[in-house]
Amino acid sequence: MNMLEISGVHTHYGHVHALKGVDLVVRSGEIVTLIGANGAGKSTLMMTLFGVPHLSSGRIVFEGEDISGLKAHQISRRGIALVPEGRRIFPRMTVLENLQMGAAMSPAAHFGPDLERMFALFPVLEERLLQRAGTLSGGEQQMLAIARALMARPKLLLLDEPSLGLAPLYIRRVFDIIGELNRDHGMTILLVEQNAHHALRVAHRGLVLQQGKVVLEGNGQELLANPAVRAAYLEADQ
Amino acid sequence: MASIIQQLINGLTLGSIYGLIAIGYTMVYGIIGMINFAHGDIYMVSAFIAVTCFTLLAAAGISSVPLALLIVLAVTVAFTSVFGWSVERTAYRPLRGSTRLAPLISSIGMSIFLQNMVQVTQGARVKSIPPIITGGIDLFTRDGFNVHLAYSQIIIVMVTVALMAVFTWLITQTSFGRQQRACEQDRTMAMLLGIDVDRTISLTFMIGAALAAVAGVLVTVYYGVIDFYIGFGAGIKAFTAAVLGGIGSLPGAMLGGLVIGLIEAFWAAYLSAEYKDVATFSILILVLMFRPNGLLGRPEVEKV
Repeated sequence: MNMLEISGVHTHYGHVHALKGVDLVVRSGEIVTLIGANGAGKSTLMMTLFGVPHLSSGRIVFEGEDISGLKAHQISRRGIALVPEGRRIFPRMTVLENLQMGAAMSPAAHFGPDLERMFALFPVLEERLLQRAGTLSGGEQQMLAIARALMARPKLLLLDEPSLGLAPLYIRRVFDIIGELNRDHGMTILLVEQNAHHALRVAHRGLVLQQGKVVLEGNGQELLANPAVRAAYLEADQ
Repeated sequence: MASIIQQLINGLTLGSIYGLIAIGYTMVYGIIGMINFAHGDIYMVSAFIAVTCFTLLAAAGISSVPLALLIVLAVTVAFTSVFGWSVERTAYRPLRGSTRLAPLISSIGMSIFLQNMVQVTQGARVKSIPPIITGGIDLFTRDGFNVHLAYSQIIIVMVTVALMAVFTWLITQTSFGRQQRACEQDRTMAMLLGIDVDRTISLTFMIGAALAAVAGVLVTVYYGVIDFYIGFGAGIKAFTAAVLGGIGSLPGAMLGGLVIGLIEAFWAAYLSAEYKDVATFSILILVLMFRPNGLLGRPEVEKV
């Protein structure tokens, strides 16, 4: 079953035509990776899903319903959570308060058990629970941003460059967790990455975004083997 | 010595009122980054609602002072909150997403509108009510100076302290307070977490107006005279208090209010009553020049 269907989506930032007719499908229970260079429109696509900014044309259907006219908070409440680019944790709140914000729209009864789950996934958060989030290291902030998104029990998890700026140890940890969430909890994940190597390996399917358009599509292994992908996104990593 | 204590009492009373109004400036600035210049006039409107309400209750023959005070507080807070909500809804929300200057100018327009509305409907003359809370305690007399603590002063300071405590709890401990702070720190991210940001902003305006309404009732009780122009002076002093404390900082607004109240009382007593406003605004200028972040509003160094 298709959880998310994006068809013919165009987005403008002022005069910049950022997305030029993107088509993309995410099925229930799979990890889809979107790779592309800086400025290809990856983050714009993520934000367009939430209507910030609103798409100029096209359709976004989530669980069979057109959500492209809704406001960001309504879309979020349907069960989509985003780990945004740059993490965007609330720096002057404690770790606990950040997690409470993630669960702001969830029933109170979920909070205790969900918090325990997050401590199991990210033990560092329990140690830092009452510390201000702005004082955490970059990697810890990334863990917090992921945990905050999971606190909402989303049906679809969007991750925007979760490995950006992290130490190699944390990068491996982030991709392990992404795999784990999908395998053990059946979570559907749309992952945007420049780090194509890790991202394609963990994904069921991958797409390449170039100048606001999807130019290639295939399963993770196919894309990893594709000479054009290797030249553009992998060789540079080595 | 006796006279110093007397000025301390007067200053704290005045400062409580400035502090209550200053919170409205600082909260609105914190969440949408604008100075709501109509806030002082919201306070003025609340004083008129309070006077009307006191007059109606007197006509209805309610003579119990505590009962009358409670009814007036409840009615004034309710009506003024609706005013605060409507001002945001009509004058600021349509401008969200335009330049930063647009809502600022709109708020000046709203300020002029409210003053004229009250002037037209209530008349330009001073309105007064008979003293509601009379009497007080003579603390002591020294060197021929009698230190007097009026009951109305005790009530003003007590109500303010209680309200600040409730308000601090609301912002730091409740889920609404958390959402409010989240909107201050990253409005887009709050939206992405399912927070209805427009609703949070509306509630912020209503809370600011409610606190100003309490200040309006207290001032009516304390001075007994109001006119359509009181919002300007009190508003700009409360704004000074918010800047002095550090705009955006809630404890700062409370502290700034007290400091401004004290400075005004002491200046008026020992230097010149005519020039007390000069003292306040000199402080505004000095703060803006030498400590633009105010007493408590220091810029955060954050990892990005």
